Amino acid sequence: MTTERKIRVLLAKPGLDGHDRGIKVIAAAFRDAGFEVIYTGLRQTPAMIVDAAIQEDVDAIGVSILSGAHMTLFPAILDELKAKDASDILLFGGGIIPDDDKDELEKRGVARVFTPGAPTEEAIGFLRDAVARKKTDETLM
Amino acid sequence: MTSLLTRFQSGDRRALARIISHIEDGSPRTPALMGQLYPGGGKALRIGITGPPGAGKSTLVNGLAKLLRDAGNRIGIIAVDPTSPFTGGALLGDRVRMNEFEPDGTVFFRSMATRGARGGLATATGDVAVALSSFGFDITLIETVGVGQVELDVVDACDVVVVVLVPESGDSVQTMKAGLMEIGDVFCVNKSDRPGAERIVADLKLTLDTRKRVDDAWRPPIVSTSAQTNTGLDKLYAAIFSYLDFARESGWFETHRREQAKKTVVTLLKQRFEREFVERLRSAGEFDSAVAAILEGKTDPYRVGDELYERFTTGRESVPQSRV
Ligand SMILES: Nc1nc2c(ncn2[C@@H]2O[C@H](COP(=O)(O)OP(=O)(O)OP(=O)(O)O)[C@@H](O)[C@H]2O)c(=O)[nH]1
Ligand SMILES: [Mg+2]
Repeated sequence: MTTERKIRVLLAKPGLDGHDRGIKVIAAAFRDAGFEVIYTGLRQTPAMIVDAAIQEDVDAIGVSILSGAHMTLFPAILDELKAKDASDILLFGGGIIPDDDKDELEKRGVARVFTPGAPTEEAIGFLRDAVARKKTDETLM
Repeated sequence: MTSLLTRFQSGDRRALARIISHIEDGSPRTPALMGQLYPGGGKALRIGITGPPGAGKSTLVNGLAKLLRDAGNRIGIIAVDPTSPFTGGALLGDRVRMNEFEPDGTVFFRSMATRGARGGLATATGDVAVALSSFGFDITLIETVGVGQVELDVVDACDVVVVVLVPESGDSVQTMKAGLMEIGDVFCVNKSDRPGAERIVADLKLTLDTRKRVDDAWRPPIVSTSAQTNTGLDKLYAAIFSYLDFARESGWFETHRREQAKKTVVTLLKQRFEREFVERLRSAGEFDSAVAAILEGKTDPYRVGDELYERFTTGRESVPQSRV
């Protein structure tokens, strides 16, 4: 029986670009950090990503966007989370994202945008902190 | 605030997912929670899919889920992948093959990590299946780890077990003595688009003919599929349900469920006794001195075991209550 709560993260690759090497490297790093990583594959729509995140009861969703569509995809996922009453699930991501866009996205509710070349330890540390700070007022029964 | 259980009972999928996490994490309130979930927890049919890594289990589960859903069922899916014994982390990748379902509520897919269990499923998989059934799913599909270890847990968690093999498994069919051959109610030769498929079907037939089964009269059918192109899935579906018909008519279904319930109770009791006993042993501080005496050759593990058992079971041992 496990007593310590595992951090669960969903990794997805929305949009049309087909490169999943980067996200697989991150998935392996998260696993090695002791996380349970759910990898969903390529070409996920925001609705599919959020539905999967709810079923898997993850603490956070990480997405990689290289296609340049980050200013539409991130907000679309945030909207979908809100619509499903699941805004407590953190959204973070990375890709080729200019600084101005990064600031704008974090202002709109993306928990963190990582720039290319950021070490995976940074994302791991960020997740550990963010999940530890999460509060819940839910009661079981 | 409305409790998770209340939300669960009113059909809230998010609450179901949260409750599954509580079951997985095994909080002290899990037994009480399970008490609430057990009514209705055995209604759903449980179909297990097992077989070597990469055999196409997830692709088949995806195809079967589609057929079952089109027949009007609500489907719960549990897919188990291994936890790394070194880091405690896990990479759960079965969802990659399950992306065609639109989020309309008829299919619920949950990935589970083994978290140290070694029989092909996680310790909590059975209880998660109970939760899915209690929530209202008609059928639960359970995919085992598939790392090649002996994965017998699926027998105790399911009503029917499908063993998936591929043409490449051909050479090992005869030597696959312990395990796989005995647990299959239906055999599926997937990737039959590849060379060697006929041979493995023939080998399988031969091997199965010489096997004796507990539910005597059933001869496991062998179905060839090519999950990637959706070929043969209808035959697999039919084979699964003809086994279930057989099991119901012969009474084996009931017998099997009764055996499973017995095992669950025994397992829970064992865990509890073990926990209590070991805790008492440790807090009594006798463990270390007993071990030292064994190493010094003054006694042996059997004698120490007898003595401790005797003392704890007759209740003459005065373990300070506060430390237990
Ligand atoms: N040629 C061929 N390939 C298939 C078939 N079914 C599945 N595959 C491929 O085999 C690979 C593994 O399929 P999965 O469904 O992930 O297999 P699995 O048994 O679930 O794998 P693990 O969960 O990792 O043990 C994928 O690349 C599939 O596309 C088939 O019928 N024919
Ligand atoms: Mg799989």
